[in-house]
Amino acid sequence: MPDQDRVVHRTAPIEKRVEAIQSVIAERGENVAQALEELGHVAQEQWIPQNGARVVARAWVDPEFRKRLLANGREAVAELGFTMPKHHRHLVVLENSPSVQNVICCTQCSCTAFSLIGLPPDWYKDLEYRARVVRESRTVLKEMGLDLAAEVEVRVWDTTADTRYMVLPERPAGTEGWTEERLAGIVTRDGLIGVARL
Amino acid sequence: MDAMYDLGGKQGFGRIRYAKGARAFHEPWEVRANALYALAVRFGILNMDEYRHAIERMEPRHYLTASYYERSLTGLATLCVEKGLVTRDELERRAGGAFPLSQPSAPGRTNLATRERFRPGDRVRVRQDVVPGHVRVPAYVRGKTGVVESESPAYPFPDAHAHGIAAEDEPTYDVRFRSDDLWPHSADPATIYVGIFQSYLERAP
Repeated sequence: MPDQDRVVHRTAPIEKRVEAIQSVIAERGENVAQALEELGHVAQEQWIPQNGARVVARAWVDPEFRKRLLANGREAVAELGFTMPKHHRHLVVLENSPSVQNVICCTQCSCTAFSLIGLPPDWYKDLEYRARVVRESRTVLKEMGLDLAAEVEVRVWDTTADTRYMVLPERPAGTEGWTEERLAGIVTRDGLIGVARL
Repeated sequence: MDAMYDLGGKQGFGRIRYAKGARAFHEPWEVRANALYALAVRFGILNMDEYRHAIERMEPRHYLTASYYERSLTGLATLCVEKGLVTRDELERRAGGAFPLSQPSAPGRTNLATRERFRPGDRVRVRQDVVPGHVRVPAYVRGKTGVVESESPAYPFPDAHAHGIAAEDEPTYDVRFRSDDLWPHSADPATIYVGIFQSYLERAP
């Protein structure tokens, strides 16, 4: 499409383009097919929002852990065995309260703390969310089903550097005495992104 | 560069296509494209800033119509050609058709010589620099004044790292802005936090 001198033949189907690139990468190392299988598995099975949910549940039941999490997110999640990629050097955990709703986004691409929240869903990567959430935050949240009272302060965090963010939702009323595991079960990915309350 | 990727605050887009439980992947090729990019990083073929910049350099019409993982694949393919792993002709022969790539890169730059350290509470202004190469500050804060919330550890400076230019790592600051300062009388009330590299900032009065 882009280069005028190259429109003489049709754009290859995307699957064919993926295969072509795979053949190029395969020339650069050993066991590439297996490595790709493993990376695909990690992306789908290990980087899941249940990781962030466990972090949140621990923060709800353990005030000392909560303090450490808010002071240095990366070190605190490592206590629970969760790692972050090398280039995610810093994790800032954003605590919601009755008067504050934090929301994360990446207006320039799709950066997220994906090893804790999971790889981002379609709508997070779509042009609409990226363009609008910083400027029309309340309107966007309302469209997504989160209708906030006027007195709630909305804080939008744009992931424009390599610091990563995760929202610490409020613990819902009526969950007193629940086990950590049961609490983790009610924390959703969209709650960790900040577009939903629990 | 001021390119199509820098979407924050752009108007005219419609409703969010939101669904609870929306997935990250839909097709097997998307999982594969994502894994290829991760493997390319592991093999040292590219770094994150080169990768981001290669996507940002996509021809605007292609950028807007490509899906997320097509953009990712286009960035990776562009770097494979630019770094001499494969020629474009060979890549297209293997793909059996045209393989749209990104536009060529313009020069990058190293750190700002006069950059300074800021502390939480400091008022800062985002410098007005317009550069032809990779830059990681969204246009919507350019020239705007905000307050430093916190400092993050030093990272490679994107404007240099995307172009193979030597530079010192530098801290980024989470800077707090009022949405009404960014888009006077045309934004929902909110506090907007943006992670900004030291070289993009100057002290504000």
